Amino acid sequence: MSKPNTSDTILYLDGVSVSFDGFKALNNLSLYIMKGELRAIIGPNGAGKTTMMDVITGKTRPDTGIVQFDGGIDLTELDEAAIANLGIGRKFQKPTVFENHTVFDNLELALAGGRRPHQSLFFRISAEQMDRIDAVLNTISLTSQRNDQAGSLSHGQKQWLEIGMLLMQDPDLLLVDEPVAGMTDAETETTAHLLKSIAQTRSVVVVEHDMVFVRALDCRVNVLHEGSVLAEGSLEVVQNNEQVIEVYLGR
Amino acid sequence: MAHQPMILRILSDRKAAMILGILLVGAFLVPVLNLLVPEGSALHMPSYIVTLMGKYLTYALLAISVDLVWGYCGILSLGHGAFFALGGYAMGMYMMRRIGDRGVYGNPELPDFMVFLNWQELPWYWYGFDNFGFALLMVVLAPGLLAFVFGWFAFRSRVTGVYLSIITQAMTYALLLAFFRNDMGFGGNNGLTDFKDIIGFNLQSDGMRATLFSLSALAVVGGYLVCRFIVDSRLGRVIIAIRDGESRTRFLGYRVEYYKLFVFTVSAVLAGIAGALYVPQVGIINPSEFSPANSIEIVIWVALGGRGTLVGPIIGALAVNYAKTYFTGALPEAWLFMLGGLFIVATLFLPKGIVGTQAILDAFERQRLRLAKFLRPHEYAGEGEGR
Repeated sequence: MSKPNTSDTILYLDGVSVSFDGFKALNNLSLYIMKGELRAIIGPNGAGKTTMMDVITGKTRPDTGIVQFDGGIDLTELDEAAIANLGIGRKFQKPTVFENHTVFDNLELALAGGRRPHQSLFFRISAEQMDRIDAVLNTISLTSQRNDQAGSLSHGQKQWLEIGMLLMQDPDLLLVDEPVAGMTDAETETTAHLLKSIAQTRSVVVVEHDMVFVRALDCRVNVLHEGSVLAEGSLEVVQNNEQVIEVYLGR
Repeated sequence: MAHQPMILRILSDRKAAMILGILLVGAFLVPVLNLLVPEGSALHMPSYIVTLMGKYLTYALLAISVDLVWGYCGILSLGHGAFFALGGYAMGMYMMRRIGDRGVYGNPELPDFMVFLNWQELPWYWYGFDNFGFALLMVVLAPGLLAFVFGWFAFRSRVTGVYLSIITQAMTYALLLAFFRNDMGFGGNNGLTDFKDIIGFNLQSDGMRATLFSLSALAVVGGYLVCRFIVDSRLGRVIIAIRDGESRTRFLGYRVEYYKLFVFTVSAVLAGIAGALYVPQVGIINPSEFSPANSIEIVIWVALGGRGTLVGPIIGALAVNYAKTYFTGALPEAWLFMLGGLFIVATLFLPKGIVGTQAILDAFERQRLRLAKFLRPHEYAGEGEGR
């Protein structure tokens, strides 16, 4: 794929390499996500998907390469908190909600707004913010679990709660790592619907193994292999790509 | 969630309301029983008990301060004794200056130990300590500043978990060694003692002792309220989130190091205030207060009482220290084994501490009911055997 104009992209990765003790986790990776796009990333284990997320969210610094957000903001200079506040939300592979907090409190913590200690100390929730939380509770179908401890939710519900927390952050770009791992078929389908409706107003990047789910997303797909992009296109095109078949079906 | 005023939240929390109630009543009742009830009377409270309880209460405040960082934010500080001792030294320095020419050497300017060491003039860092207001400022500033600087480096470098515990332990140990040195100018291994008065009130007088007791009780209440305000706020929910998932909290956009720095500094200030109340009641401050074992003992009080509850540490500190006073008298060689045993028991069988363990609460509730039936039998008349 040819390089797009930077100003049209929400996420612009160009020639990004990361190595850990000589192992190249990312190898000259280039990836461009347009504003408002829904994109799926697939790839075998160890292809560099999670490292890519870590680079975008500031957890890992790339050795070389350009990582830019929203048409030109350099992410390699910022830390996790700054990047999150710029408008990049991340959902982890393992559901990581705050188990000792209620569902409501989890969403309230993620609520966009002042993040400084003194702002938190004197924070009072407004009626408007309450409405937003209620709306998100409704979106992720957890209204009746509002005051339950997050630790008591089922696996699928925790995944949704985490997506809900992403929505509360009101990000422009959502990075979603394996959202349907361990979900039932019905839950998987609901999640696909949820992400597609979210993608109508924001850019979403989904990393996933589950092909049924990726098909349901019905979007452009990148295949990652050994730290770089192997193929890009619709799921049908990608699935018929010789190299992809080789990687997936083994040598 | 509807926002309630803090007073209502505390009143609806029975454990907290009861402990704070006892402390507030005690702050006024104990001086009355000590000072106004004549000595022969059965209700008279001897002065040594007043001072002993006052000392326990300063430990309770210290325990609350550790609970704020450990129980809520997951920072296991094994060096909080250092902040306590610094607050104590600041107060001790003021009381040293107050001695004036009443010391053994009668030097109006220099404390005795400096005369003994042949010092000619007061070191610059003793300036100002003859002023009570300045000393109080230092009680807060010295531990607060140390915590801020220490925390700034530790939290910014993302030192967490057991590594942080080890460097807090190293910090207090380094201070222990430093304060042992005579040329540091803090009295070396003898520390500061032979105090006479605070703003003119004789420290040996019953009135002053009762006053210090009351102040200690009120300080525990105040410390509780400050911590409660913090943990009930959104900041409180953020620090719990940091405890349970630090990197997740970062990805939500919170600067974890600022939050840790905030609670660590507040906690150190509370510990310093506890130390400042402790020293006039025990009459001495020396470097042994910096010993790593002291800091570990605080953690045991908190663990036993129930961490992350604020009320539990008060109970833990009072219970363990009462036991310590009793057993170091009755079975002196057994006490350290019992203390170690307590920590093991608390870890294995009471992970939530006294306050968080349902069986203990149930037993307590049964006793409360028995007492209630005894006091107001007519209200429970219909319930059969009302023992």
